[in-house]
Amino acid sequence: MIIAERKPVSEIVEMIRDCEKILVLGCRGCVTVCSAGGEREVEILASLLRLGMKKEGRAATVIEGTLMRQCDKEFIDSMDQWDGQYDAVVSMACGVGVNFIANLKPSTKVFPAVNTSFFGGSPVQGIWTEQCAGCGNCILHLTGGLCPVARCAKSLMNGPCGGSQDGKCEIHSEVACVWQLIHDRLERLDDKEQMLQVAPIRDWRTAGHGGPRLVNRDDLTV
Amino acid sequence: MSDFIPDIRAFCCHYTSQQTCAEENTLSNSGFPKNITLTRVVCTGKLQVSTLLKAFEEGADGVYVVGCPLDKCHNVKGSERAAKRVGAVKKALQELAVEAGRIEMFHQERGFHPEFIAVAQKMDKRIRAFGPSPFKGEEQ
Repeated sequence: MIIAERKPVSEIVEMIRDCEKILVLGCRGCVTVCSAGGEREVEILASLLRLGMKKEGRAATVIEGTLMRQCDKEFIDSMDQWDGQYDAVVSMACGVGVNFIANLKPSTKVFPAVNTSFFGGSPVQGIWTEQCAGCGNCILHLTGGLCPVARCAKSLMNGPCGGSQDGKCEIHSEVACVWQLIHDRLERLDDKEQMLQVAPIRDWRTAGHGGPRLVNRDDLTV
Repeated sequence: MSDFIPDIRAFCCHYTSQQTCAEENTLSNSGFPKNITLTRVVCTGKLQVSTLLKAFEEGADGVYVVGCPLDKCHNVKGSERAAKRVGAVKKALQELAVEAGRIEMFHQERGFHPEFIAVAQKMDKRIRAFGPSPFKGEEQ
């Protein structure tokens, strides 16, 4: 899922400096699961914004709402239910949600309440780690299911590099060298010959280096 | 000398802080400040961050939570969760340039004991020193 983290409240208070009616808008998708922007976090942020503005002597109203998702037009359309009650939206969705509101509500001010961080998972409660870079050309079948694009600091295709020591990455002693993990795993799976193949120079256009990406599923468009 | 009397809200564990069950006069006769409002909760682990923030929205100058010792929580991890949530509110207060000490977590043994009164007096003294909550805006 997409992992996000709330921005400091002071930063958000500054964004809405000139606004008087604010809709704090959550999303029941990824940001609910990673506890960054679901209904509970909306309640907390709305309370903090009311407190922050009161501290500055500003009169403003803050209302709360949460959409099923902020990355689909049909749900953005349902923002109509709050028409007239806000002059700015503070979106607690990932950056996709903020963009969708900006795309579909041309006259509505929208501000991001979270920093969208990465695609990841939660190995233990309260911790999220990056697992996928969304590079658009998956090679996990070659690497034992472990991603060197996301999890190698250098995104090497033929690792490990010379900086790997005792299974750890040279950037930090707590970061596992994913290429060490890949080699170990392929050996366990009796597939270490896979590592004898030299990966060719990679075409990064699918990773966004060729501009914004698009998926067009003709079987689904009507 | 300021005549400021802080509005302090205390959320106390049903199991640990049995003083919350005492008659009001019994508490105040023991030295418990009258300006502290007690709310007894089934477990401090049930307290949400939003509940603590709401207390500030409603005009509290200070808030504190009294729960079980970390290794003796009746619900195993309730008071640990509460401490984490108090920590989250402290962080948010700091982000708003407000004294983090306006909210505090205390862990106390089960039963009637003088420490319950002592932490109440400690918070009362601390919040009096801080002065009125900056969240009260024009009402100060």
